[in-house]
Amino acid sequence: MERTKGRKVVKDKEVGDGDLCWWLVHKGISASFLCIAVFALLVRVAISLHPYSGAGNPPKYGDFEAQRHWMEITLNLPVKEWYRNSTTNDISYWGLDYPPLTAYQSYFHGLFLRFFHPESVSLFTSRGHESYLGKLLMRWTVLSSDALVFFPAVFYFVLAYHSGRSNGPKTHIAWHIAMILLSPCLMLIDHGHFQYNCISLGLTVGAVAAVLSNKELVACFLFSLALNHKQMTAYFAPAFFSHLLGKSLRRRNPVLEVLKLGLVVLGTFALVWWPYLHSMEAFSRVLSRLAPFERGIYEDYVANFWCTTSVLVKWKRIFTIQSLKLLSLGATVSTCLPSMVQQIWAPSNQGFLYGLLNSAFSFYMFSFQVHEKSILLPLLPASLLALEEPFLLKWITLCALFSMFPLLYRDKLILPYIAVSTLFVLTYYVPSGRQDRKEMHSFNSFFTTCFVSCSVVLHIVYLTMHPPHRYPFLFDAMIMLLCFSQFTLLAFYTNAKQWMLMKRSVLLDKEKKLH
Amino acid sequence: MSDLLWFFAISTCLKLLLIPSYHSTDFEVHRNWLALTHSLPLSQWYFDETSPWTLDYPPLFAYFERFLSIFAYLIDPQIVDLQKGLNYTSNSVIFFQRITVILSDSCLLYGVYRLTKDLDSRKRILIWVLVFWSPMLVIVDHLHFQYNGFLLGILLISLSFLEQGKDLAGGFFFAVLLCFKHLFAVAAPVYFVYLFRHYCWCGLVKGFRRLSVLGAVVVAVFAVAYGPFVYHGQIQQVLRRMFPFGRGLCHAYWAPNFWVFYIILDKGLAFFLRKLGFAIQTPEASFTGGLVGDSSPFAILPQITPLATFAMVLLALAPCLIKAWRNPQPGMITRWVTYAYTCGFLFGWHVHEKASLHFVIPLAFVAVQGLENARHYFWLSIVSCYSLFPLLFEAQEYPIKVLLLLLHSIIMWLAFSAQFTKGEEAKAAVRIKKKDEQLKLKGNSSRADKKEGFVIGGVEKSYLVGLLVVEIWSQFLHPLIFGDKLPFVPLMLISIYCGLGIMYSWIWQLRWIIRSPNL
Repeated sequence: MERTKGRKVVKDKEVGDGDLCWWLVHKGISASFLCIAVFALLVRVAISLHPYSGAGNPPKYGDFEAQRHWMEITLNLPVKEWYRNSTTNDISYWGLDYPPLTAYQSYFHGLFLRFFHPESVSLFTSRGHESYLGKLLMRWTVLSSDALVFFPAVFYFVLAYHSGRSNGPKTHIAWHIAMILLSPCLMLIDHGHFQYNCISLGLTVGAVAAVLSNKELVACFLFSLALNHKQMTAYFAPAFFSHLLGKSLRRRNPVLEVLKLGLVVLGTFALVWWPYLHSMEAFSRVLSRLAPFERGIYEDYVANFWCTTSVLVKWKRIFTIQSLKLLSLGATVSTCLPSMVQQIWAPSNQGFLYGLLNSAFSFYMFSFQVHEKSILLPLLPASLLALEEPFLLKWITLCALFSMFPLLYRDKLILPYIAVSTLFVLTYYVPSGRQDRKEMHSFNSFFTTCFVSCSVVLHIVYLTMHPPHRYPFLFDAMIMLLCFSQFTLLAFYTNAKQWMLMKRSVLLDKEKKLH
Repeated sequence: MSDLLWFFAISTCLKLLLIPSYHSTDFEVHRNWLALTHSLPLSQWYFDETSPWTLDYPPLFAYFERFLSIFAYLIDPQIVDLQKGLNYTSNSVIFFQRITVILSDSCLLYGVYRLTKDLDSRKRILIWVLVFWSPMLVIVDHLHFQYNGFLLGILLISLSFLEQGKDLAGGFFFAVLLCFKHLFAVAAPVYFVYLFRHYCWCGLVKGFRRLSVLGAVVVAVFAVAYGPFVYHGQIQQVLRRMFPFGRGLCHAYWAPNFWVFYIILDKGLAFFLRKLGFAIQTPEASFTGGLVGDSSPFAILPQITPLATFAMVLLALAPCLIKAWRNPQPGMITRWVTYAYTCGFLFGWHVHEKASLHFVIPLAFVAVQGLENARHYFWLSIVSCYSLFPLLFEAQEYPIKVLLLLLHSIIMWLAFSAQFTKGEEAKAAVRIKKKDEQLKLKGNSSRADKKEGFVIGGVEKSYLVGLLVVEIWSQFLHPLIFGDKLPFVPLMLISIYCGLGIMYSWIWQLRWIIRSPNL
């Protein structure tokens, strides 16, 4: 409470002389957005100069090859064959395991690649294709998706988010934009490691913006698209569901409202899945591709509950996959239930953003088959909440970066890792622009110093020393433990915060009544 | 100070990210210099011909390379191996050389710090944005590969001393700069006239004493640099290496300067006279072929000798020198020096397109002084940055250079319009009054400009649109229509178009210098 009060005082102050970015905000939000967006795009292009995952590493290569292979498959085979194992489509070699919207996107990007460099997407012969032009064209497909989906969505969000707020210094808005667009983890995974998270996350941001501006139908449409691009987006589904349900219940005709939303969702799904709806068999084949339960409950050293506790409890040995599925489902649902209940009970824009964060956290912690990269999902709402929770954003970003360090080390992306993390810290601490951020609780600062020094030591150890032969993944496990502890604390904090919001609004209401 | 570091650190992050990008043969040139200064005794530095990229910078730069080679040897001995290191492109050498450039930029940091520490905070921030985030420096130093940030830093340090009235130190640093890269010598006449009049012109005895002190300082710097080579009796060889006049009037890609128009005029005249029935011989050497021999490349117009270009530069400099002689004031020195480099760029012998950095970067300090200056800078820096585009011809860097220029233009537009709006008028006027005597002149001019906001004039606007057209033509339409035929046309078009822009800027600067009042 004290912190927020302190910030309001600063907010009322005009943009001072010492403010470094006073020139940035002079022409309004659009102009500063344009400027920051061009810078963010430049950083992304610069990151894309670096190696991608699995570069020069046969026979399986990495995510880059997977995406390229999908382009090859979608381009050369009819739609019905895309998810089916056949002589022309070897499912065991990077078979398509994302929903149909990703397949369509691969098809269009494949057209682009074929126009300039046909060899890179020809059937069979292009497996493991690596060339200067091939890499460049692939990189450009991600860059263009980012610029065409994620950036406009963020712009829409910023307009929606700030239209309903009291006028603070404009530099805060610019800072907020920079925090969302220059999110280091997203940039490293999409443009370094190689993935298309910008599309699904961009669609989600668009949906969030639509919710904030009370366009529920648009939100449903966009979020369904996001779900159909990457099933991982389901991490946000509880929050969307509970918030929209809560809102509808408050309308005059709740059943009709819910029905309308449901129809939009169903319609969008039907549209995307159209080629596979002709038979139950085709439909279930695609569905089974999307849920790869046989890959186990966790992979590598991801800082979530199952993986971390597996140090003590050998989950994979004790339980069958079937029971693990139920266990993880139960754990996930029960942990995101409090935040859902809060949103159904008292839906609010602020609470919705916290709800997104909480449900993404509980999925990251407890759901089945989580990657290190899944931390991008809790990161997104955290960056949207940057103005409310600057410390939270800094903390989760640093932890997330750290948790992805082993992955990026394997991808030979250490240099961009260092550069982009530094860039994040620099943009976070714009000098003299945001004095309010500097004052910190003594407990917090002790805590921060501890973590930062631990992580710096671990970075150096990881880079310079060999782990003992008996425990080849000792350092990975240590990183995982450290990050898990932080994520747990943060998840508790955000859940508590979401419930506290309600208390505050009740208090405010009471105050109003008293006056 | 921390604010200054913030801007610098942001650009450093970007530079780090750009490490794996394309680098030109200059990269191998500098690697070879590391190798030859490390493995050969000093007496053979300017004789070595193991690689075609012989040492052709002045001795201080060679010493600098010798210094860097100590660390290079520690990191990877193959970098400094004269034979085995040839065309060495492992990660170690790329990281080492790129990081030396990034670190040597701290010299630029210090130069900018010195020049801006007495300005008011808003102008200071503008300058930092313009210099540290300059797309031209990123393109030339961190993509193409050179050490311009470092050298320009020395120039800025020198200018900062002159602006503070510490002429001796200013002269010292300029002499040091000349011993690092002799191409900066174009401003020497301005320095000479200015120092002579401002520092030494104070009574016969005192003046003479000062003159001899200044002379001693300069001679000492040159002695340190060239002394060892004089001792070995190699000074002629050193000079021959430093001034390779055999390379011809123009570089393979024509720098957008006056001589482009001279060549075009010659070609045009020859074409028309041939049509009219005159027997005009086609010159043996051609400009589009790249290499130029001894024979005259011109069909009709007289050949240009290095001496003629030298005379042209001096002639163009004359108005500025006269001004400097009549009224040597520290507030004008940056403007005069940039003007000198503009003249050198326009009329010099074998000018590289990269040389436009020499005037664009110092002009940033002039740009914040008034609306007119800002307008001119906005326009000039876009044109000269665009003229650097042909340096990066690979597809991978295409989005980088375009985004760099775009970002720079947006930042300039935002920053200048924020600085020069009506609301700021009163505030700015108050601030200007507070300033000391030195800056009085700038205050006068900027107060006059502040009647309107930052608007680009019609001519300038249409020129910039033309730039876009030229880019679209040379990148997309030309290959589409002509295929591989006439490959030099797009480059020629860029040279001519940017040449027009730089000529305009030269005239603008000249007019400003002539019009500036004598106090």
